[in-house]
Amino acid sequence: MDLIRIKNVEKTYKTGVTAIYDLSLNIQKGEFVFIIGSTGCGKSTLIKMLYREEKPTSGIINIGGINVSKLKNRNVYKIRRKIGVVFQDFKLLPKSTVYENVAFALEIFGLPNSEVHSKVIKALELVGLKHKAKNYPHQLSGGEQQRVAIARAIVNGPKLLICDEPTGNLDENTSMEIMKVLDEINKLGTTIIMVTHDTEIVNKMKKRVILLDSGRIVKDYKEGEYVHEGV
Amino acid sequence: MRVFRILGRNIRDSFKSVFRNFSLSLASIACIVITLIVVSIAMILSFNVNNFTKAVERDMTIVAFLNRDVSLERVEEIKDEINVINYVESFTFEDKMTISEEMMEESSDFDSILDKYEEREDNPLLDAFQIKVTDINQIEEVANQISQIDGVYNVKYGEGMVEQLVSVFDIIKKISYGVVIALVIVTAFLISNTIKITIFSRKREIEIMRLVGASNINIKIPFIFEGLFLGLFGSIIPVLATIFGYEALYNTFNGQVISPFIQLIVPLPFTYFVSLALIAIGILVGMFGSWRAVKKYLKI
Repeated sequence: MDLIRIKNVEKTYKTGVTAIYDLSLNIQKGEFVFIIGSTGCGKSTLIKMLYREEKPTSGIINIGGINVSKLKNRNVYKIRRKIGVVFQDFKLLPKSTVYENVAFALEIFGLPNSEVHSKVIKALELVGLKHKAKNYPHQLSGGEQQRVAIARAIVNGPKLLICDEPTGNLDENTSMEIMKVLDEINKLGTTIIMVTHDTEIVNKMKKRVILLDSGRIVKDYKEGEYVHEGV
Repeated sequence: MRVFRILGRNIRDSFKSVFRNFSLSLASIACIVITLIVVSIAMILSFNVNNFTKAVERDMTIVAFLNRDVSLERVEEIKDEINVINYVESFTFEDKMTISEEMMEESSDFDSILDKYEEREDNPLLDAFQIKVTDINQIEEVANQISQIDGVYNVKYGEGMVEQLVSVFDIIKKISYGVVIALVIVTAFLISNTIKITIFSRKREIEIMRLVGASNINIKIPFIFEGLFLGLFGSIIPVLATIFGYEALYNTFNGQVISPFIQLIVPLPFTYFVSLALIAIGILVGMFGSWRAVKKYLKI
C-alpha cells in the first residue's frame, strides 16, 4: 500500500527558479528510501514539500490520505504530527534537557504525564540515550544530539520519518551508528525517506535509491540494485 | 482534562522560560518597571488633581440674600421653591438673627452695634440661603432661577471666577487622563518591542515547535503566558514604590500641598487601587506585547 503518492509535482520559486519538474513518485508503507543527487538537484525541495515547509506550484502530494499540497498554513501542524523530521543540524532546544526536548513533541498533544514519561523513555531507549535524559544538548556529542533528534521525531509513533542529511555533520563511525538506529526504526514499521550525499552509506544499506538531477528523477533503483562505483 | 493539562504545561514552561532566558527577561522586566513607575506617577498626579477639583467644586455654593422685609412664613415657601429647582443638591437657611448673635459673640464691636436691634424687623442684616448644586456646570442656571424667586434680594456665586475655575479644572482633568492613556499605549508598544527583540533570539525555538507539530495556538499561548509573568514581575517594584513612596510623600507633606486648601488623597486604600491598576496594566501590556511579537513569526 502506498503511503506517499506524488503526482505531477512542479515547484517554481518566486525567484523564477524551477527546482522540481513534473515529478511523480510512489513510496510504500514500511519502505526505506534514499534520495541522492548532486547539490541543487532539488532533493531538499522535494522533502520540504513532503513536510509542507514548501508548497508545490502544481501537482498533488498525498501522504497517508492527507493532501499535503492543499494544506493551509494554519493547518500545517496536522501533517507535522503524523511525520517525524530529522535535520543535519539537529534543531534541539538548547535550554531544555534531553528529556524535555523529546517530551515536548508529546506534551503539545496534552497526553497525561505518565504516558509522556513512558513514551519518552521508550524512545530514548531505542536510540540508546536513556542515561542522558537529564543532560542538556551542549553536553552531548554530535552523534548523541542526532539520536536525541531522532527520538523526538519518532516519539509519537509517526508513520513517516524524513531525514535531511542526518549524518552530514558526523564522522563515519557515528554516521553508521545513526544508520543502525534508523534501520531499527524502519524494521519496527516506520517508513523512512533519507536525503544524503554520503554514497558510502547508501552502498552499505542496500535500500531503494532515487537519483535526482536538475529537478527530475533520473533513476529509481530497487532494493539492492544501487552500487556506487566511486568517483 | 486535556485542555487543562496543556494549559498547565504552558504555564509551567513559560515560567521556566522566564528564568532560562534570564538576561532577556530582565531587559523586558526593566522596561516594564520604568514605564509602570512613570504611569504610577501620572496616575497619582491625575487622581490628586481630580480629587482637588472635586473638593473645590463641592465647596462652591450659591448665596442667596433675601429682602429685608421677608417674613418667616415666606421663607418656608422659598424653601419649597428652591427644592423643586433642578441640580440643587442641598441648601441651608441662615437666619439673620442667628447671624447677628454669632457676630456679637465674635467681637465686642459688633456687639455694641447689633445689640440695638433686638427685633427681627429692625435687624439690618439679611436672611440668606446657602445652596449647593449637584453639577458645577449648572451653577449659573441655578443661580438665575433662584434670583427669579420673589423675595430674593440678590444672588452671589463668584460669577466669572467660577466659570474660569471650572473650565481650567476641566482642561487639567482631560490632560491628566490623556497623559495616563498615552503612557499606557506607549508602554504597550515599548514592551512589545522589547519582547519582540527577545523573541527574535528564540525564532529557532518557534521553528522547532512548528516542526514537531505545534499549532499556532500551541506556540502562542506559552509566549503569552511568558508576557503575563514578565508583566507580573515587572509590576512588583512599581507597586512597592507606589505604596511606600506615596505614604512617605503624604506623611512628609502632612497630607496637604502648599496650603490646607489643597488636600492629598489619603494613602489607603488609594495606593492599593493604583497598585491593582498597575498590575493589571503590566499583565495586559506584557501579554499584548508577547502576542504581537510572536504573531510576526507565525506567518508561515
